[in-house]
This record gives sequence, structure tokens and C-alpha cells, in this order.
Amino acid sequence: MSLLELKNVYKIYGELHALDNVNMKVEKGEWVSIMGPSGSGKSTMMNIIGCMDKPSKGEVLLDGVDISKESAKNLTTVRRDKIGLIFQQFHLVNYLTAVENVMLAQYYHSLPDEKEAMEALDRVGLADRARHLPSQLSGGEQQRVCVARALINYPEIILADEPTGNLDEANEEIVVDLFHKLHDEGTTLIVVTHDPEVAEVAQRTVVLRNGRVVKEVQNQNFTGKIHFDEGGTHVTKKDLKSEKEIQEEEQAHENQ
Amino acid sequence: MKKRQMYFRMIIASLMRRRSRMLVALLSIAIGATVLSGLVTIYYDVPRQMGAQFRNYGANMIFTAADQKFTLEDVRQGTALIKADQLVGVTPYRYENVRIHESPVVAAATDMTSVQATSPYWHIEGEYPSSDGQILVGAGLAESFNLKSGELLEVSYTPAEMASGDETIQDNILEFEITGILDTGGSEEDYLYISLSDMESLTGDAGDIDIAELSISASSDELSDYADMISNTVSSVNARLVKRVTASETTVLTKLQALVLLVTVVVLALTMICVATTMTAVVTERRKEIGLRKAIGASDSSIIKEFLGESMMLGGLGGILGSVLGFIFAQQVSIHVFSSSISFMPALVPVTILVSVLVTGLSSLMPIRSATEVDPALVLKGE
Repeated sequence: MSLLELKNVYKIYGELHALDNVNMKVEKGEWVSIMGPSGSGKSTMMNIIGCMDKPSKGEVLLDGVDISKESAKNLTTVRRDKIGLIFQQFHLVNYLTAVENVMLAQYYHSLPDEKEAMEALDRVGLADRARHLPSQLSGGEQQRVCVARALINYPEIILADEPTGNLDEANEEIVVDLFHKLHDEGTTLIVVTHDPEVAEVAQRTVVLRNGRVVKEVQNQNFTGKIHFDEGGTHVTKKDLKSEKEIQEEEQAHENQ
Repeated sequence: MKKRQMYFRMIIASLMRRRSRMLVALLSIAIGATVLSGLVTIYYDVPRQMGAQFRNYGANMIFTAADQKFTLEDVRQGTALIKADQLVGVTPYRYENVRIHESPVVAAATDMTSVQATSPYWHIEGEYPSSDGQILVGAGLAESFNLKSGELLEVSYTPAEMASGDETIQDNILEFEITGILDTGGSEEDYLYISLSDMESLTGDAGDIDIAELSISASSDELSDYADMISNTVSSVNARLVKRVTASETTVLTKLQALVLLVTVVVLALTMICVATTMTAVVTERRKEIGLRKAIGASDSSIIKEFLGESMMLGGLGGILGSVLGFIFAQQVSIHVFSSSISFMPALVPVTILVSVLVTGLSSLMPIRSATEVDPALVLKGE
């Protein structure tokens, strides 16, 4: 069973089909990029997966549970328990320190634990900046606090919306490296981006256009570990290529 | 860390680290609490202040004889039933016909100290008598007999036996020093005023009291109760209210208190509007933060709890400030309007804080309710 599955998902605003019969699966431990131009439906899809919106039609199965029919209250619970959000504009509470911002996610989830929050900041290399306010941190540092906040409750999925959109190259690299680290630890990542360089470091890229999935690409350049959803068996980049080759062969076979 | 600790840590961080923003809100609450606390202090102090003012217009209760006569002891028994802190003064009067310059006049024997408390409006040219052998002369008499302060005056009293024709009995004559001329514009100007002991010396007997004037700082209802109680307890005394004073006092007090109450209600309403507006601005300004909190899992009740906590803490702080400033405000009003200071009412401090917290909480409810309607997907996208 996939960790996340979108089945015939539509999001319709009047005449506009923001999502038009989208089908997609994300396996546990997978790192998926969602790409597409402006207005392609990336944000709508992100909001639906992030339990901040509901589809007009279709099913969204998270851990086998259809969240498209859940009430707003239940969606808040699902979001709190299963999803870690990373935003392009960081969205830190400006009067809370870095560690307090991380603890905020714990506060809503279960119990705030400063020691654990410090460890999360340490993981993103910001232990020494824990007592700083967001205004005293650089954009890259703010985004790393955002990452620490997203992972503090051990979510099923980390959902990042243009996580490098507001960062310079150096900080982009730091954040991408963090994603690699998280992915290597088994975290499922869904990264919405319009940056091909960020997209292609993911295991798989889903391309959206006019609300439809127009392409799914297994990335050749993916350098991390591959996790299968069950059993935790790791496959290598080489294995992935083999799979891709097999797919190509199958395609060629069909064409014949 | 307990959830509650984090809750207060967040609220305090919001208040302390957003100081400039919060100061504006705090200021509006503190001003409201100040005016409220001040007005309530004045509201409760008005009767005392006005009572003191009214006491300047003279006695508001008199004792007369229930039957034929009453004594100083009866007066003491009657006044013992009045709370000491409410009794401003009690002045007994004994009237006798005497003669000066061979002309009959009325002499009133009284207590020269207590008369200053019951008749503070008396204007004396000179001084009050301070010892026996001294006399106060009404301005009317002084003019008729051309009497002046500092002069000596012979006062003669004809005992009742002599008046009835017994020629063996002589007039009693005493010489007094005029210490002052009494100017009231009323009938008091036609009397001589001497001490009770001098009257006793002059007449040769302690005599009875004709009337006693009392000045009591109490409401009209309390005065009526006192009058009934005294009349019932001391059988020789008939206690009556001076309606002219008590009725006008009640009318003025009622109107003044109603005015202060009305202003208090208006201020309360304005404070609520002001706080609601400030909180609406705070909520609008923090839509993104609310969206973020909701996105990372805050329930509507959590958002309400946090914002309500902030506003109630602001209300509490505003209430504390308002209690202090309100007293200063009431003190200034009292000094400038009533020319006297007010006493601090400790009970008003918790009441002001509580009202401030409740008013702030209530005023914030609507804006906070709207905070829960923030759509995280929209605000976090910056739309």
C-alpha cells in the first residue's frame, strides 16, 4: 500500500479545473518532486496533500485513509500528526526564538520538549542560533529552522513548497543536503518546486500542466538511497537505472 | 515542559517582544480602566464628599423635647446611638430671657466648640469665646446696642421668683467680654451666645435643654432610621430631620451619582469599542501567524485560547495600571472639585483588574472568532 495515493482527484473553481483527474502515488520513504509552471496546480495539490484543502472530486488516501471526506477538524489532526510543512517564505513566528518556533510544532502535537527541539536544530546545524529571533537569522537559517520544525514530530510526510525559492545558491545547497539527509533517514519527501535543479535531485519528478500530470520521471541523477515502502529494503541508483531500463524495454516492446 | 508553561511562554513572548504593538493596546485598556476605576471611586466617594459639603449648611437633625423638657444626659444617650464616624457635631441650646442695657434680649447657651461643627457657615468678626466670661453677640444686637468686639457687656437675669413679684430677690448680673460679632444673615444675629456654664452661673440652675442640633454625615434613609431609633430609645427626646437640608442633599446626590454612573457606562462602552478595534487590528496584522499555527496543527480552540490569553493578560496589566492611575485621577478630581482628598479603596483594585480582564476578553471575542476563520492555505500563499 502506498503511503499517499491520489485517485482521480479534481479541484474545480467554477469553470477552472485547478486539478483535473490527477492520479499519483507516493511510496513510503520516497522523495518526489512536483514541478510545473505557474497555474499548473502545484499549490492546489500541495494544499490538498497538506490537508489544508479538499478536492472537489476523487480520493486522497493517506496511509490508506481517505482524507478527502474528513471534516476540517479531523484534517487539522491529520496535518498535525502526519505532515511536516516547509514553506517558501519560511513562516516563522517572529516573536519566538528559533527553538521556540520548533517547540511550537511540539506544543500543538503533543508536549513541548526543549531538549528535543534543540536536537532538531542541531540536526540542521543551528544549535548555536537557537535563542535567536527569526529577524536575527539569515534566510537560509530561517529555512533550516522551518525544516527542524517540520521534522520535530516525526511526520509521515514532509511537504515542502518551493523550499529554496527564497534562498541563494549556497543556502539552497544546504537545504537540499538536509533533504538528502532526511531522505536517507527514511523520511518521505514531497517537494513542490519550479527549479529543475532542485527537482532532479529527487528520486522521481511529477510534472503538472493545466492541472494534469503530464509526465513522471525517475531521475537519473538521484544519488541517494532508494527505500521500498515495506520492509525497508534499500536499492541503489544502479537498481533504479535497471528498473528504468526495464520500463523502456517494456515500452519499446509495446510499440512493436 | 508542560503545555501550560509553553502557553505562558508564548503569551509573554508575544507581549514582551512585540512591545511597541502591545503598548498601544495596553494603553487603550489602561486608559479605559483608569477612567472606570476613577469614576467608580468618585461614584462611591460622592456621598461622602457631598455629605461633607452639605454639612457646611448646618445641622440635618434636631432634638426637641418629646414632652416638656430634656437634659444634656438625654442628648448624650441619643447621640450614643449614632456611629461615631458619622457624627460631625452635636450642639445643645438653652434659651433664656436676659437684659442688656435694660432691654430684654434672648441669650442662647451653647457649647462654643461644637457649634463650629454644626454651624460651620457662621461668620464671626473676632473670635469664638474660648472660656467662661466671654460672649458672642449677634450682629443685629451689636448694631442695635452699638456693641463691639473687645468691649465688656453686663448681662442681667431676672429669676422667675422675682418676676412673679417677690422683691427680696435681686437680678443676677454677670459681666462678659465680647470676643466676636456673629454674622449669619439669619435670625441667629438677634441672640447673645454664652457658654452653658455661664448660663448656669447667671440663672443659678443647670436648667434643661430646649433644642439640640446635630450634624450627621449619613444618607437620608440612615438619618430617618437614626431619628426613629433615637425617638424610640430616648423617651424624652423627639428626633426630627431638617427636611430642607436632607431632601436637597438626597436630590443632589442622586443626580450626581446618576451622572457619574452614566459617564461610567459610556466610558465602559467606549473602552470596549476601543479594545475591540485594537484587537481586530492585532488579529488582522497576525493573519499569517494564525495561518501558520493552523497549518502546523493548531485547532480553533487553541487559537482562541492563545489570543484570549494574550488579551486577558493585557486586560490584567491594564487593570493594574488603571487601578493606580484611576486613584490618582479620582484624587485630582476630588482635590480640584471638592477641595479634599479621597481615601484609597483597596477593594476596588481586584474589581478593576477583574472588570478590565472581562471587558478586554469580551471585546476581543469577536476579532478572535474571526481569527479562527483564517484559511492557512490562503494566507501562507500571501493572497
